[in-house]
Amino acid sequence: MKNKKTGLKRVKFLTIIAYLFLTVIGLLCIYPLIFMYVSTTHKSADILSYPPPFFFGDHFFNNLISLYERVNINLAFFNSLKIALLVTFLNLFFCSLAGYSFAKYDFKHKGLLFTMVLITMMVPSFASIVPLYQMMVFAGIDNSHLAIVVPAMTGAFGIFLMRQNFLAIPSSIIESARVDGAGEWRIYFQVVLPLMVPALSALGVYIFMGQWANFLWPLIILSDESLFTLPVMLSRIKTDTRIDYGQIMIGASYTITPIIIVFFFLQKYFISGLTSGAVKE
Amino acid sequence: MKKKWRPYSFLTPYSFILPSLILLFVFNIYPIVQTIALSFMKIERGVFSFAGIDNYARLLSDKIFWKALFNSLIYLVIQVPIMTVLSFLLAVLLYKGIKHLKGIFRSIFFIPTVVEAVAYSLIFLLLFQDEGIVNYILSLVNIDAILWTKSPWPARILVMTVMTWRWTGYNMVMFLASCQSIPEDLFEAAKLDGANIWQISWNIIFPQVKPVVLFSVIMSTIGTLNLFSEPYLLTGGGPINSTMSLGLYVYRQAFSSFNTTYASTISIAIVIVVAVITRLQFLIGGKDEK
Repeated sequence: MKNKKTGLKRVKFLTIIAYLFLTVIGLLCIYPLIFMYVSTTHKSADILSYPPPFFFGDHFFNNLISLYERVNINLAFFNSLKIALLVTFLNLFFCSLAGYSFAKYDFKHKGLLFTMVLITMMVPSFASIVPLYQMMVFAGIDNSHLAIVVPAMTGAFGIFLMRQNFLAIPSSIIESARVDGAGEWRIYFQVVLPLMVPALSALGVYIFMGQWANFLWPLIILSDESLFTLPVMLSRIKTDTRIDYGQIMIGASYTITPIIIVFFFLQKYFISGLTSGAVKE
Repeated sequence: MKKKWRPYSFLTPYSFILPSLILLFVFNIYPIVQTIALSFMKIERGVFSFAGIDNYARLLSDKIFWKALFNSLIYLVIQVPIMTVLSFLLAVLLYKGIKHLKGIFRSIFFIPTVVEAVAYSLIFLLLFQDEGIVNYILSLVNIDAILWTKSPWPARILVMTVMTWRWTGYNMVMFLASCQSIPEDLFEAAKLDGANIWQISWNIIFPQVKPVVLFSVIMSTIGTLNLFSEPYLLTGGGPINSTMSLGLYVYRQAFSSFNTTYASTISIAIVIVVAVITRLQFLIGGKDEK
């Protein structure tokens, strides 16, 4: 009896340790963001003072106004949003179309073509970046949003993910729509696509996040400040001669805040979208 | 046997995949072939000419290349295991260790995953600046201030810390998701046998999530070898190239030195290194799966 009691105490002790440990890790996860928001409300000199500020100050609007005077961050925000939304919708269309074809049709060389698609998934982006840049210069669309959107309109991962999800849809639905006389495009848009809303949402979040955070390619291809996306604009503010950390942190919160707000509403899709590569359902 | 009746043209399935295939061919496959071609060329006054294996010979004696490769291997040996173990530990704790607040912890751990690289790099740069919060906390326990971005090992630790912050929650959520398919009666049986949490983690949970662990280690490897934003923004690859990554080196050669042919050679080297290392990981990680 006594033994069981101490065992129970031990379990309770371990549980407390577990909660404490998780809380500490949780704080480490969100503290950098809290620090960012605190820093948006302080003068650059105060942020650099020792120890740095832990609580909110009253310099937020001064920082915001001086940032606005310096760069058009709202324009960068809309550039990012425009590109990310465009790329997301084009991907949803092209990837689902190709994924549907690979999953539900029989045609010659299907296996070979699908293998080709998968191979492009395994090659790191650095392997194609130099010729891609030369291609854009040759086509005369370097320094434009087109150069970002066009190469990103489809993707091997999206096609793969869509195929996996279409495979789970019973073919009898498609057959019976055919018997009813529906054309192939109509079946795709009106019969199968509505069944794919969860998968499309997950892929949409994945693509949007990837594009919103895309840094390397826009950094290479864009040279006009009026075309900059948020990450490129942020890195430019940082490498500028007049570094103002209050302004930089407002810039950082421009890229982070909208995503975090959306994350709390669409958490399910964020988690299934961003981790869908690994876990088979 | 009668041929199966189809109400659609044999072209229909092709027309569905055609847009994607053209795009992938033009923007993925063709550039890779082009990169391979460029890696065997040289450029003089804007004119490309065949250079044989000159670039590869240069690569093998290029100290910066070897340093960048060495840095990546350091991350692979130190950061990836720490992150993977931590992710697994968190996943086990959320899965079987606690009963309440699971959803909230999962959301909080996942938040760094949705944050964009330039933004978090700038935040960490401030946290780790010479008179920043990290040094302040160290001073409370009587550790002298560390010049994080100005000396080699601290700079590497900074890059590894940022990568761990960014990716631990992501891996944890993947591990957690693959835990959900473990049949509950396995745990019941283990409890009856008096197994403790460590035995349960190691003998029941780990074998189940092992394929996902392997996948995440391979993805981390690829990510590490392609690392760009963090060294570009945190340290600029310095000091003395101690945080130079292969990705950053390609970028520098191609778009600062305008040495596109040599940059292509480094790109091909990345592909080869990624292929070799992931192959090794498959061999080690998958060996007892028949």
